[in-house]
Formats: sequence, C-alpha cells, structure tokens
Amino acid sequence: MNRGPTATLLRPVESLGRFSLDVVESLGRFGLFLGQAAVWIFIPPFKVLQLLQRIHFIGFRSLSIIVLTGAFTGMVLGLQVFITLSRFGSEAFLGPAVALSLIRELGPVLAALMVTGRAGSALTAEIGIMRITEQIDALTVMALNPMRYLIVPVIVAGLLTFPLMTAIFDVVGIYGGFLVGVKLLGLSQGTYFGEMQTFVDMTDIMTGFWKSLSFGVIVTWVCAYKGYHTGHGAEGVSRATTEAVVLSSVLILVWDYFLGSVLP
Amino acid sequence: MIRVENLQKAFGDQRVLQGVTLEVQTGEIMIVIGRSGGGKSVFLRHLLGLLRPDAGRIWVDEVDITELRGRALDRVRERYGVVFQGGALFDSMTVFDNIAFPLREKKRSLGPSEIRDRTEEKLAQVGLSGAGHKFPDEVSGGMRKRAAIARALVTEPEIVFFDEPTTGLDPVLVNAIHHLIVDLHRKFRFTAVMVSHEIPEIFEIAQRVAMLHDGVIVEVGEPKVIQESANPVIQQFIRGQIEGPIRAT
Repeated sequence: MNRGPTATLLRPVESLGRFSLDVVESLGRFGLFLGQAAVWIFIPPFKVLQLLQRIHFIGFRSLSIIVLTGAFTGMVLGLQVFITLSRFGSEAFLGPAVALSLIRELGPVLAALMVTGRAGSALTAEIGIMRITEQIDALTVMALNPMRYLIVPVIVAGLLTFPLMTAIFDVVGIYGGFLVGVKLLGLSQGTYFGEMQTFVDMTDIMTGFWKSLSFGVIVTWVCAYKGYHTGHGAEGVSRATTEAVVLSSVLILVWDYFLGSVLP
Repeated sequence: MIRVENLQKAFGDQRVLQGVTLEVQTGEIMIVIGRSGGGKSVFLRHLLGLLRPDAGRIWVDEVDITELRGRALDRVRERYGVVFQGGALFDSMTVFDNIAFPLREKKRSLGPSEIRDRTEEKLAQVGLSGAGHKFPDEVSGGMRKRAAIARALVTEPEIVFFDEPTTGLDPVLVNAIHHLIVDLHRKFRFTAVMVSHEIPEIFEIAQRVAMLHDGVIVEVGEPKVIQESANPVIQQFIRGQIEGPIRAT
C-alpha cells in the first residue's frame, strides 16, 4: 500500500498537533511548578535565612535602580503633564495626575520591569547554573526538597518586596513631579499636594498594591521556572535568562491590562 | 543490597539502557565501567531516583524505588551519599559549610559544636584541614572532589554513589582519590557503586566490576575475572584498542 501522498498531506496537521501538545504540556508544567511552590510555602521547616537572603537580593539591591527610575519617571510626568494641562488652564491638577498615573499604573509596571531586568535575570542565571552543575540534583538526593530551599524563598521574597519597591517608586516619583512642577515650573506646593489628597483615594492605592503583588509572583515564578528547567551548558543558561526576562516583561504588561480592566 | 532488573530507558529514539540487570551486595565496592556516553551516568541517576525508567525495577533492600515518589523516595535517599561528577558543591558556601550542610539540615538533633567537630573530622579524613574557609572556586579540582566525598560521607550513609569521581584529574590525584575511597570504605563499610572509566586503576579498588555496553551489562565479576575475560568488547575496552567490536565514534 502506498501511504506516501497521504502522509505528506497529513504532515502539517501532525506538526500542528505536536506543537499544540507541546504548548499544553509546557503550560501544565509551568502551572504545576507554581502549584508545588504554593503548597511548600505552608510546610515547615521554613527557610527563614534563605528568605532573608532573597529579600536582600531582590529588594534591597534593587533600591538604587528603583529610586533612580522612579525619580526620572516622576520628573518626566511632571514636565509633560504640566505642558498638557497648561493648554487647558488646568495646571492645578498636576499633583493628582502625576500621583494617579504613578500609583495606579506606572509605579507597579515600571518597578516590576526594573526588578525583572536587575534581579529576575540574575535569579534565572543563578538557578540555571545550579541546575547544570548538578547542585539541584545534590539537594534532591540529600532528600532536601529544592522547591523548599530554592523556589519558595524566591516567590515569597517577590510577594514581600514588589509592593515595597512599588511604594518607594511611587513616593520618589511623586517628589520627582514635585521638583519639576513646583520648584522648576512654579506651581504652588499647596496646590500640588492638596489636589492630590482630594483625588487620590484608597481604591487607587489598592489597585497599585494588587498589581505589584501579582507582578511579584509573575516575575519570580517565571524567572525561577526558567532557571529550574534550563537547558544544557552556558548556552542553555543564556537562553533561559533571555526567555525569563522577555516572558516576565510581556506577562507584566498583559496582566497589567487585565487587572486594569477588572480592578476598580 | 541493590538489585536492578531489566532496566530500560530511551530518550526519544535513542535507547540508552536496554535491559540492565545487576546486583550489588551490601558492603561491596561495585564499579560500573563502559564507554563515555554509554549510559553509565543515566544508570546511576536511576539508582538515585533522579530518572524514571521506561521499564524495569530497582530494589534497595526490599523496597522497589521505581514505585516511590516524594517522601517515600526521600526516606530511601536518606540512606544515600552521592559524589557527583563535577562535585556539585554549593558555590555560594565555603567548603566547610558545604560539608556541614547535610548535618545542619538533616541531623537536627546535633548542636553547633557537634556539627563543627564532625565537619572538621571529615575535612581531616579527606586531607582538607585548613581549607574549610575557602569557596569551591578557590580550591583545586582534586580538593573539590575530596570536599564532595567528605560531604557525601558526613552523614555516614549506608550506600555511597560515585559518578566518575576522578574525571579530569592527573594520574597521581586519581590514585590519591581512589585510595581515599578505599580507606573510607574500610573505615565505614558502606556499599559503594561507582561509575568510572579509569582503566586499569579501578581494578585495584573494585571488589566487583560490571561492564555496561550497548545498554546492557555484558559481564560482571571480580577484577581479575573481568581482566581475563574472553569477551572481545571487554578486552578492547580495557586495552583501549581502536580495532574491535566497539566502534570509536
């Protein structure tokens, strides 16, 4: 029986099927990874020292970049929004415009992107190197769960530090806007902060908080997963690092839109 | 005793293990030899529970570890010590902390002073006294291997696995590491399973040798039996000849 032509015709379908199965399988593995980590968060003994080290690595060591980018984001906002508002004679609303943009949107997103670039990539590389040098296998055969030792502290540190980093970003950004709007462009200090108090309420702050909290999970989850499942050799680690940063960044923006449309 | 029965593993189209059957007696040093890339490390990773076989069974005493998951498998692993090919020392810790790590994490009844004493003792046994404060990347390859052996033995395991513990070392260091393993084995009487292709050195330390070729164990026996085997595969391998049934690819 000649199956040649049929097989040729079916090949694209076969490829599509294989591709679909691969995607479903990796999504399943990806979800399972977070599920396992979530379970291990609640099982003692808790690795407090590892958690503190991760908080230091993800949070404290990202402070300078957060302050720097926060300040300039606020300054740019102050300048651009002032120019726009002055066309309508509404400069008085500079304070709330800067604060709302930062608290609801730019603070969580930019802080998350900055921490992804600084700490997320390093995290993937570190865990990836541990994978290819069999350090993760060593933990496993010592009957010490790598999830508990490596992954849980990272994800919990992300949960704790991202909202704090975002808060710092917001505050520094608001003062950046203050510097430009009040000190350089002559808006009164009372107007800048007074209107801000009128228009910014707890709902806005909570929107930013939920965003930053979920970004903390997304970034640490993606970066830890990519490192944990890294390929072979230096090239594998380098590919995992690139994929972690790209995927985290895309997910931050997609998830930001989703939350932005769901949250009040 | 470790008993492996008809172990099979394939990665895609490549059938790495095609029915490995082997018994390792309690307290003996069993060395599995075979070509580089011939599946020795894959075989070892099955014994460690790091890979799941496509078919076959592995019994550690009376427990079939191919059936085990999670904590049940960890209970078997608590009897293990493992020396990985590259040492697999944690590079963020000093040599001392690497060796103390299993004690700190698994022997929670031990106090800090006892952990320190045991770690120092193990460092001395492998000839690394005074090097404990260094990080793995600050010591030589031989010292890293010694540290890895010390870490594997610090919890006094019943079964120790060695994955090519002398790869990349000069002949003097190879002998030194082999003698260290024999000394420690004499002292602690653990069961040792080693994969290696250090010919002829391994014949001096092994109590039995198994040759893994084309995914199966082609012969098992005492070193003398293997050295005098009539099997052309074994003869070609131990003599390092280019011509023969093993193709140099």
